[in-house]
Amino acid sequence: MGLFDLFRSRPKNTASVAAERLRIIVMQERAANGRPDYLPMLRRELLEVIRKYVNVDPDAIDIHVTHEGEGEVLELTVALPEKHVAPPAPATGET
Amino acid sequence: MTEIIVVTSGKGGVGKTTTSASLAVGLAKRGKKVAVIDFDVGLRNLDLIMGCERRVVYDFVNVIQGECTLKQALIKDKRIDSLHVLAASQTRDKDALSKEGVERVLNELTEDGFDYVICDSPAGIEKGASLAMYFADRAIVVVNPEVSSVRDSDRILGLLASKTRRAEQGGGGVEQHLLLTRYNPERVANGDMMGIADVKDILGIEVLGVIPESPGVLTASNAGVPVILDEGSDAGQAYADAVARLCGEDRPMRFIDATKKGFLARIFGS
Repeated sequence: MGLFDLFRSRPKNTASVAAERLRIIVMQERAANGRPDYLPMLRRELLEVIRKYVNVDPDAIDIHVTHEGEGEVLELTVALPEKHVAPPAPATGET
Repeated sequence: MTEIIVVTSGKGGVGKTTTSASLAVGLAKRGKKVAVIDFDVGLRNLDLIMGCERRVVYDFVNVIQGECTLKQALIKDKRIDSLHVLAASQTRDKDALSKEGVERVLNELTEDGFDYVICDSPAGIEKGASLAMYFADRAIVVVNPEVSSVRDSDRILGLLASKTRRAEQGGGGVEQHLLLTRYNPERVANGDMMGIADVKDILGIEVLGVIPESPGVLTASNAGVPVILDEGSDAGQAYADAVARLCGEDRPMRFIDATKKGFLARIFGS
């Protein structure tokens, strides 16, 4: 690093950016690894069923598997929209 | 008792084969009887790094398929008597390896009184890599202080903890070590490269050694001489330290601090 580099504005320390990004992704991937592999499909199908009745957002469903003592608990959270929004009209309606 | 050590990483090009060769030589120089096996079927390179590429007659796949004996396939190193190399097959595909076949070879090496078997894993997480780690007692995860290598290493650590014989049998699992390679102390000091503490903290396992980025690694591979035999090079000395730690000796980490630049060098750059 020469004299003129001292005056150049240095971008944020890239090593600490790398370490921070890695901490987050590694933590996420470790959590995902222990989970049963049917969870993404379960989440998708539940979403389809719920959307028949309530028009929820695709990321409104949160699924967690937690360990409590000997057993495992499947925890499912669905965030409903604030106002009641009518469900989309069924594709095949009665005539 | 024979100790089986896998050298693995997930990502390619981080220095697995360089590390396998130097560890094998280092252990053999300490009088241990060592075999080093190339698991990279189809892309063999350990023979080149060890400098025995012209002496390969039979390979690992030939032994597994019963086309020759293990004794015929083991290449005795010309520099150190107690060191043996088992080359990978260059022409077959990776399906030529089987769990039973690998186990048979490892059992035979155990019966022959080998102290250490070093398994040089291919990159990736497929068959060759999973067989290289399956029977391991210890794992050396080679990692560069760089995002993709660290992430892949974490994946490999997860597999070591679940998809190995020791993990399946319970009772301890595979002993895991990190080996940082291509470490550049100047860049770490400048904040352009993650340091030892960062990598150790993210992956959560202990660091066996730190190998500095060094021109000696390329010159050694050019010549087919494992870099640990180049006692003048920093990388060679760092590998010798790592081997000593593997054998239970306590050695301080070297070559991890940036060389202090003089006043003029700092003003005018270098």
